[in-house]
Amino acid sequence: MSDTIIKFDQVVKRFGALTVLDHLDFNVQRGEKVTIIGPSGSGKSTVLRILMTLESISEGIVSVDGEPLWHEERNGRLVNASEAHLRKMRVQLGMVFQQFNLFPHMSVRRNITEGPVKVLGMSRQDARERAEELLEMVGLANQADKYPHQLSGGQQQRVGIARALAMRPKVMLFDEPTSALDPELVGEVLNVIGALAEEHDLTMLLVTHEMRFAREVSDRVCFFDKGKIKEQGTPDELFTDPKEERTREFLKAVLEG
Amino acid sequence: MLFGIEWDTSSDLAFAISILPILLRGMIVTIQATFLGFFVALVLGLIFAALKAAPLKIISWPAGVLTEFIRDTPLLIQLFFLYYVLPEYGLVLPAFLTGALALGLQYSAYTAEVYRAGIEAIAKGQHEAARALNFTSLRTFTHVVLPQAVPRIIPAMGNYLVSIMKDVPVLSVVTVLEMLNVAQIVGDRTFNYLIPLSMVGGLYMIMTLVASGGVRWLDQTLPKRGLSLK
Repeated sequence: MSDTIIKFDQVVKRFGALTVLDHLDFNVQRGEKVTIIGPSGSGKSTVLRILMTLESISEGIVSVDGEPLWHEERNGRLVNASEAHLRKMRVQLGMVFQQFNLFPHMSVRRNITEGPVKVLGMSRQDARERAEELLEMVGLANQADKYPHQLSGGQQQRVGIARALAMRPKVMLFDEPTSALDPELVGEVLNVIGALAEEHDLTMLLVTHEMRFAREVSDRVCFFDKGKIKEQGTPDELFTDPKEERTREFLKAVLEG
Repeated sequence: MLFGIEWDTSSDLAFAISILPILLRGMIVTIQATFLGFFVALVLGLIFAALKAAPLKIISWPAGVLTEFIRDTPLLIQLFFLYYVLPEYGLVLPAFLTGALALGLQYSAYTAEVYRAGIEAIAKGQHEAARALNFTSLRTFTHVVLPQAVPRIIPAMGNYLVSIMKDVPVLSVVTVLEMLNVAQIVGDRTFNYLIPLSMVGGLYMIMTLVASGGVRWLDQTLPKRGLSLK
């Protein structure tokens, strides 16, 4: 039995005249760690943003755990999803942003507890305890009372990871989580993500330019080009023996750059 | 004699001292009208800003037209309208309330713009993070957008507080006994306009200086907590 948690079926995404995703077929199995690489404008971030419901789709069907994300069934027909449907589906996903997007007016603790308390209805006490655990996990114990601006970029991003995890998503989306960081802070964030990748039942989708890291943690690497998957395979296959000329070009440029 | 207080016309100084308590009575009314009007402007302006930002054109468009209309017509016309026309439809409000309401209404069109600018300055990523955490749009507005917008809009709102204060004398035309009206009555009865009017000017300067100082203090006191203030 295949246990597909994410399924893109002939998905098209257009921004005006620009086609960002071009009849994309893309599946992710439960617990799978998938890295998406590719040149900018290839549509790799759009895949994550569609899943997080930050971006709608123009054509096709996206399913999360067997249920359409951007559509819902009404009177036996698939119609565009209502906000209520999106809200119901969204709880399955969590996202870590390139620019962290922490709430600057809230303490680290409140950044992490606000969602569980106000959206999931968790008690404040439980949410605080969970926040402490998560902060410990990302190596930021005792930082709960600080505000985001008092933390380094790497620390902020680790809070961002803890905040997303606090909602207990089935799927974690990482949208270039280290691209906005100073080089010496990248490692601490990658360590946290790497540790998360050890968890069997958590599905992870990672868009990144950190090729060595992608090779270490992913079960599968997908090379996106012009809104489609040009090539995919295990990290070893893709990095050591790419079949497509375009993949070779890209990897050469990235690894030498 | 006004408000049961006699004036002393034996010398200019004695006259000034004797009418000061009378003018202060008027000043209290001026301050009350200012703050009531400002409060109305803050609340109504926020409502207008929210309506104008609504995704549905059927809501945002009328709100836009209404605020434009309010902004493009003189305060005095709106005041007359509320004071003379509304009673014909059975809505009779005391002059003071009508005046404060008119001030608030006029300035709500301006504060709505201040809110809009403050709200639009919030980074897109903040909305996306709120959406990713499944906040409702109302919660996003009240817990993410507003707390970050408020510190940014305080200086602009403070300017409108001072402007409202300086517009209160308009209410004298509908019989509100604010400071200028009181001074004019004193002038009418004593044929000495120079001293009461000069005193009103001086008192106004004190009031606006105090108000601006208060706004500046608030602006500096409110913690910014890492908000990037542009």
